[in-house]
Amino acid sequence: MELVKCNNLCKEFDQKQILKNINLSISKGKIIGLLGKNGTGKTTLIKLINDLLTPTSGEILINGEKPGIHSKQIISYLPERTYLDKDMKVSQVLRFFEEFYTNFRKEKAIKLLKDLDLKIDAKINKMSKGMQEKLQLILVMSRDAELYILDEPLGGVDPATRDYILDTILSNFKEGASVVISTHLISDIERILDEVIFIDQGEIVLTSPADELRQKENASIDEIFRRCFKC
Amino acid sequence: MEPIFDNERPIYIQLVEMIRIDIVSGKFEKGQRLPSVRELALTMKVNPNTMQKALAELENEKLIYTERTNGKYVTEDEALIEKVKKELAQEKVNQYLRSMKSIGISYQTAVKYLQELGGEDGISKV
Repeated sequence: MELVKCNNLCKEFDQKQILKNINLSISKGKIIGLLGKNGTGKTTLIKLINDLLTPTSGEILINGEKPGIHSKQIISYLPERTYLDKDMKVSQVLRFFEEFYTNFRKEKAIKLLKDLDLKIDAKINKMSKGMQEKLQLILVMSRDAELYILDEPLGGVDPATRDYILDTILSNFKEGASVVISTHLISDIERILDEVIFIDQGEIVLTSPADELRQKENASIDEIFRRCFKC
Repeated sequence: MEPIFDNERPIYIQLVEMIRIDIVSGKFEKGQRLPSVRELALTMKVNPNTMQKALAELENEKLIYTERTNGKYVTEDEALIEKVKKELAQEKVNQYLRSMKSIGISYQTAVKYLQELGGEDGISKV
């Protein structure tokens, strides 16, 4: 059974169609790039999968069920903007995650934080932006989830942090689990993708295994994307 | 060292090329047990599925084989390793001769220069 299936999914805001007839399936054990320019519906689609929005029409099934308590247990979600209370210390956030998610592996998070030399008693608002991004990623990747959804995990980070983020994703996703990464910074992440989904103006314009697409077009995913969506 | 990939070519093909070189150069010795797919993927910093695909291709070429339950091993077939090595050498020789030709150097001179300028350990004296 597919991990995620969208059937004729539509979402409107104020009579404006943000997502039009999305049909999509995500299978197990894959790293998928959800690629599109800014404002094309990536975050809306992600929020629908995470049950933070409800579809105007059509349906989403997670492991065959409508999004709800069950899907929130199996999906580990990194939102585009932080939801952490910045007055908290790292240790408090860890406790918070531990109480909230039964599949949160606190020891794993502590180990990853240690590798970064991040002090457990540090306050979040005292940390640099890059460090805060790494902390959030560690929290998300330390859950034994079936699906990791990362919304723009590379937004505004330096190249060294970017490498760290890619490494952390690769070495920490549970075997058999899938990862969806939404981004417009394609060249940075394309080498780790199994499959790509191009989304534009609320519609899915292409889905393909990444290597097949490179072979067919004799170009990088980044280059193909640029050709596809030339402004 | 971390490999650098060319995003314009399928990643799995580049992995096949890299591991093939590791085998003919003896970095992975004949008959040696390979690290697991996941470990290999982590050291090369690629997706485990992509590594799996690359290993399947090398298995097709008989350069590696799977021993049920025990993992993957480099072939014991020395003749095969030699053959693949020669094919790779052929490519390199072609490249060398082609680039010499492109700067107007004939085959005979190219061979002479190889000995004259190459140095004894095969590394340029310059």
